[in-house]
Amino acid sequence: MTDNPLISTVDLCKDFGKLKVLKKINVSINSGDVVAVIGPSGSGKSTFIRTLNLLETPTSGHIYFEGVDITDPKININKHREKMGMVFQQFNLFNNMTVLDNITLAPMKVQKKKRKEAEEIAFQLLKKVGLLDRAKNYPSQLSGGQKQRIAIVRALAMKPDVMLFDEPTSALDPEMVGEVLNVISDLANDGMTMVIVTHEMGFAREVADRVIFMDDGVFVEEGTPKSFFSSPKTERAKSFLSKIL
Amino acid sequence: MTEWFNDLIAEFKLNFIDGDKWTWLFEGLGNTLLITFFAVIMGIVIGIIVATVRSTYDTNKESMKKRGGIRYIVISFFNIICNIYLTVIRGTPVVVQLMISYFIIFSFSRNGVLIAILTFGINSGAYVAEIFRGGIVSVDKGQLEAGRSLGLSYVQTMIHIVIPQMFKIVLPTLCNEFIVLLKETSVAGYVGIMDLTKAGDLIRGRTYSAFMPLIAVAVIYLLMVILFTWLVRKLERRLRDSDR
Repeated sequence: MTDNPLISTVDLCKDFGKLKVLKKINVSINSGDVVAVIGPSGSGKSTFIRTLNLLETPTSGHIYFEGVDITDPKININKHREKMGMVFQQFNLFNNMTVLDNITLAPMKVQKKKRKEAEEIAFQLLKKVGLLDRAKNYPSQLSGGQKQRIAIVRALAMKPDVMLFDEPTSALDPEMVGEVLNVISDLANDGMTMVIVTHEMGFAREVADRVIFMDDGVFVEEGTPKSFFSSPKTERAKSFLSKIL
Repeated sequence: MTEWFNDLIAEFKLNFIDGDKWTWLFEGLGNTLLITFFAVIMGIVIGIIVATVRSTYDTNKESMKKRGGIRYIVISFFNIICNIYLTVIRGTPVVVQLMISYFIIFSFSRNGVLIAILTFGINSGAYVAEIFRGGIVSVDKGQLEAGRSLGLSYVQTMIHIVIPQMFKIVLPTLCNEFIVLLKETSVAGYVGIMDLTKAGDLIRGRTYSAFMPLIAVAVIYLLMVILFTWLVRKLERRLRDSDR
């Protein structure tokens, strides 16, 4: 297992009608990696991360997760999604449930945990992100930053092997970005494998151990944050960085 | 003034008191409520099933087609059945449906109230299904995605997350449908069922005085709708409080 990557894609393509959004993506992500995916809007970053757990069905190509080809129509995708936590730009907390129920639903329904056990895990995680007192609240009573921290906790409660973040701070007010990034940084320090689509370059530089620059449906450049941000090799990466830094 | 008032009293006595004709109204009201109540329940059950089939087909047909196999064939089949049901039921008047049920399909049975419940339930189900489907579509797509990303199946996500939120969205429209249904049952007299309208009409036929019985029937319908609207408003407020 150790020499196999946790996730790898082979010639991954995704079309929306005539529009080719992903063009033959090949990547491998090892256990413990923290990968930041950056690039201009419309470059296919979000589509890429959403295909990794098949929220978008790939048009062609393969995705291997823990040695299993999850694009194979015969596998039960729910079994594998369990192990891939996902955090969305719009939080997507279940509006009809309290924070606690949001967190315990999947452990109880999918992993068949007892309520008590699921709640213990939930309380532990809530304490970690400093939101223990919010357990009985509904999502509409929380701020954006709180919602996103709860969304992270909800994904973590399933004890995933990898966390996928789809622009986790893009819908937040600026003063709330920090609290969410702190939680993600803590996760990175705990050794969680993560793929993060982000516009926060400072954060990518600090937390990621690999940066992927994506443009027009392809991985244009890959490297350590240090080399990528200080000396990008491709013209496209240079012009992108000059616009945003 | 007093003469006018005395006339009114006499009319009232003639139409409701003599021969205990007020009990007819109560019997009719009882049947109207019975038919409406069970038809509403049937309508909701049918509505949820049909709406779920149709929106499952719409959301998943691409991926299921790709995977192929028996599941796609089954869901396509049920989707076609649901579409035929919606087209036929919404395309024909409920009075005609009621007469077809009573005189043709269930001609062996003379239990009018039961036949009316079935007919109005099946009829209402078609309208409720479309209300629910609209509600399911308007629940934020992210809710479904979040559920699926946690490993919940499509059906689990629908049951625990999407359908509860759908109910809240459709409640006002659903309430409207039930008000319509309550009054629609007034055609039950066509097949000889003694509902509220029929009871009023029977009194009119007996006394040859139209004003009192028909106004009484109208007032009773009106009061029921007002009461029902008030109850639904209360429920709506309760639901809204739950997420504040």
